[in-house]
Amino acid sequence: MKLVLPNPGLDQRIPNHEDLDRMEKEEVDDRPKWDNKAQYILTCVGFCIGLGNVWRFPYLCQSHGGGAFLIPFLILLVLEGMPLLLMEFAIGQRIRKGSVGVWRAINPYLTGIGIASMLVSYLITLYYNTIIAWIMWYLFNSFQDPLPWTQCPLNENRTGYVPECQQSSTMDYYFYRVTLNSSASIADSGGLHWPIILCLLAAWTVICICCIRGISTSGKAVYVTAILPYIVLAIFLIRGLTLRGSLSGIKFLFTPDLNELINPATWLDAGAQVFYSFGLAWGGLISFSSYNSVHNNCMQDAVILSAVTAVTSVYAAAVTYTIIGFRATEKYDACISENIRTLLNTFELPEGNITTSNYDEAFNRLNSSHPDTILQLDIEICNMHKLLSEGVEGTGLAFIVFTEAITKMPGSPAWAVLFFAMLLCLGLSTLFGSMEGVVVPLKDLGVFPKKWPHEAVMGITCIVSFILTLLFALQSGIYWVTLFDDFAGSVPLLAIGLVEMIAVVYIYGADRFNEDIRFMIGRKPNIFWQVTWRVISPLIILVILVFYLVTQAQEELTHLVWDPDSEEFPSLSSVPYPSWINIIIFLLAGVPSLTIPVYALCRLIFVSCKKTR
Amino acid sequence: MLEKVLFLLCLTPALAQEPCFPGSSHAYKVRISIKTALGNQAYVWNDNEMYLFRAAMAFALRSYHNGQEFNVSNIMVCNETPRVSFWFVVSSPENSSVLLKKGDVENAIRKSRNRINGAFLLTDQTLEFIDIPPTLAAPVMPVTPPWLIVFGVVMGAVGAGIIFLLVSSLVQSKRKKNKKTLDEDREDMRGIENGLGCDNLGGVYNTTFSDGDKFTPM
Repeated sequence: MKLVLPNPGLDQRIPNHEDLDRMEKEEVDDRPKWDNKAQYILTCVGFCIGLGNVWRFPYLCQSHGGGAFLIPFLILLVLEGMPLLLMEFAIGQRIRKGSVGVWRAINPYLTGIGIASMLVSYLITLYYNTIIAWIMWYLFNSFQDPLPWTQCPLNENRTGYVPECQQSSTMDYYFYRVTLNSSASIADSGGLHWPIILCLLAAWTVICICCIRGISTSGKAVYVTAILPYIVLAIFLIRGLTLRGSLSGIKFLFTPDLNELINPATWLDAGAQVFYSFGLAWGGLISFSSYNSVHNNCMQDAVILSAVTAVTSVYAAAVTYTIIGFRATEKYDACISENIRTLLNTFELPEGNITTSNYDEAFNRLNSSHPDTILQLDIEICNMHKLLSEGVEGTGLAFIVFTEAITKMPGSPAWAVLFFAMLLCLGLSTLFGSMEGVVVPLKDLGVFPKKWPHEAVMGITCIVSFILTLLFALQSGIYWVTLFDDFAGSVPLLAIGLVEMIAVVYIYGADRFNEDIRFMIGRKPNIFWQVTWRVISPLIILVILVFYLVTQAQEELTHLVWDPDSEEFPSLSSVPYPSWINIIIFLLAGVPSLTIPVYALCRLIFVSCKKTR
Repeated sequence: MLEKVLFLLCLTPALAQEPCFPGSSHAYKVRISIKTALGNQAYVWNDNEMYLFRAAMAFALRSYHNGQEFNVSNIMVCNETPRVSFWFVVSSPENSSVLLKKGDVENAIRKSRNRINGAFLLTDQTLEFIDIPPTLAAPVMPVTPPWLIVFGVVMGAVGAGIIFLLVSSLVQSKRKKNKKTLDEDREDMRGIENGLGCDNLGGVYNTTFSDGDKFTPM
C-alpha cells in the first residue's frame, strides 16, 4: 500500500543500512550498550511489570467477570499491545536515538511527539516516586514487632482508643493519619509532613544512584529489581495457599461471568490496561532498544515481552487473591464470632450453645421468639462477598488490605518486609524506564550543555524533581497523587500512542519500515503485523481515547477524601473538586497532548519566517 | 392497720435479705467466658469457683481499703445464669446492712484486676465487669523509632555509593586524559623516529648564506 505522506530529506536525517552495518562493525559511536541480552530483556520486563500488575489488574479481573476478563485482555494484548511494542522496539533499534531524536529524524515537525513523551514520563515519574516513598516508609517501619499498624494510640484518660482509629481501623488510621496526616480535601493543603519528606529524599537518592550512569548502573540494578518480585510472589503463593480461606479468594477471582463480555466497559478497561501496562508512549522503550545491536531480533523480543507480561499479570492476580481470600475469611469468622458473643450475652445462654455451624438456625430461632430484642441489638450481617470486594485496588490494596492480612499471619514483620521490598522493586524498575524517557530527551534537546557528564544531568534532574515532589508531602498530597494518576497518566499517553502509530506507518512509511525490519532481523513482518499496524491497532486506540474523553467530560469532577467529620466516615466521602482544578487538569493532560500540534505549528511559522526574510 | 404493720414487718427483713438484685445502684454484673479463654483446658464453673470469686473480691477490697477486714460473707451474689454471669454487691464489714458505693468497689477492682484475672486464668476480655472498662495497655513504642535507624542505614549506603561512583568516574576520566596526552606525545615522537628529524641529519652549517652583518659593520 503506497499510502504515505511526502517526507522530503528523510534519507539525509537517518543512517542508511550500509552505514548501520559499518557503525556496528567499527563501533564508532560511544553510545551505551547492553552488557548482554539478558540485561535488556530484564530491563524491559521490569519496566512493563509494575505496581499496576499487582493492584490494578487483579481488581479489573475480578470486577469484570473473573476468568472471562482474560479473553478481552489477551485479545487486545495481541491486537493492540504487541504491534505497538514491536513498532517502538524496531524504530528505536533502526534509528538508534532516544524518543526525541527518533521523531526528529523521521520528520522535524514531529519532534513534538518526543517532547510530549518526555513531559508525560516526567509527570508520571513525579507521582510514581511519591508512591515509592510511601512504600519505603512502610518498608522502614516493618522492621519491628509488633508492627506499628496493629495498634491504635490511646486517648487522654487511657480508657479507649482515639476516636478516629476506633471508628475506622488501625490500618486506615496508620495510612491516612500517621503516614500522610491527610487533610479533608485537596483545597486544604495543610503543612508539610516531615516523614514523607525524608522518604521522598530516600526515594530520589536511590533512583539517582541506580540511574546515575544510565544503563551501565541501571542495567546492573535490574538483576535485583526485576527478579526479586517473582521470587517474593512465589513465596507468597506458597504461604497464601497454606492459609485458610485462600481458595475462596481464587475462586472469587477466576469464576467466569461471560455476560461481562457484552459490556463495552470491560473491553475498554482491558484495552487501557494493556496500553498502560506495556509502558507504551513513555519513550523509555525506544531508548532501550536503541542501545541494541542492529541485527537484534526485536520481533522475538516483542512476542516474549507480551507473553511474560500476560503470564505475570495472571500470576500476580492469583497471589493477590489468595491473600485477599484469607483476609476476608478471617474477617468473616470474626464477624460471626462477634455476633455469637452478642447473642450469648443477651440471652444468657451457656458458651458453646451457638457455634459457627448452627449459627444461622440459632439466629432464626431467636429472631422468631424475640424479634424486638434482636432488632435492638443491631446485629451486623456478615457478608463474605462484600469482604472479598472491598478496597482491592490501588493504594487501598497495598496499604490497607494487604497490611491487615499480613498482621494475621504468624511472623508478620518478615512478611511485611518481603511484601514492601517486592513493591519497591516493582516500582523502581518501572522508574528506570521512565527516567530514561526523561533524561535522554533532555540531553537530545540540548537543555544541558553537551560537555556535562551523564552523572551531572541525572543529579540535577533528581534534585529538581525532589523539590517539585514536595507538593506531595503536603497534607493534601494523596489527593494530588490521585489527580496526577487520573489525568497525567491516561489521556496524553493514548493520544501520543495514536500519533506514533500514524507517524510510523503513514509518514515514515510502512514499506520502508518493513524493509528496515527485513534488514535488521532477516525477514519481512507477515500479514498479521501489516494489518494491525495499519488499521487495527490505531483504530482500537482511537476508540479507547474517544470513549475515555466522552466519559471524562460527562463525569462530575469529584474526589474521595478521608474526612473524620463526615457522615460516611470511615468510608471515603466524595467531595467535588474546587474550580481551579480545571487549570491543573489542563496542564496535566492538555499540555502534553497539545505539544504535538503546537510544536509543528511553531516550526512551520519559524521556517516560513526564515524563508520570507 | 395491724395487717399493714405485719406486712411491713415481714417485708423489711425480706428486703434486707435481698440487697442484691439486677439493676441495683450498688450491684455490678460480672460475665465470665471460660471456654473462650481456655478452649480445651476449660474448667467447669461450680460453687467452689464461685467461692474463689467471692474470696478474690474480698482480697481486692481488703487491699484497697487498708484496715477494713472484708470477709467472703460480705460479698453477696445473685442471679447466676448458665452463661456464667451474675450480679454481686458488697456490704461493709462493720455493718452488714450497709452496701458499699459503686465507686469504691470499682476502684478496688481496678487496682487488683490483674490478680483477680490471674486467679481464674482469664483476661480482661473474658472476665468482664460490666461498666468497668479495662485500663488499656499503652501501645509499644520503642525509644528511637526503628524506621529512622533503617532510613539512616539506607541513606548512608546510598550516599557512600554515589560518592564512590562519582570519585571512580573522576579518576577514570583523569586516567583517560593522561593516557590521551601520553598518546599525543608518542604521536609526536613517532614523527621523529620514523622520518628524518631535521636537526639530526648531520652536515655542516653553511655560513656563506648567513647574515654577514657581524663581519662588515657599516
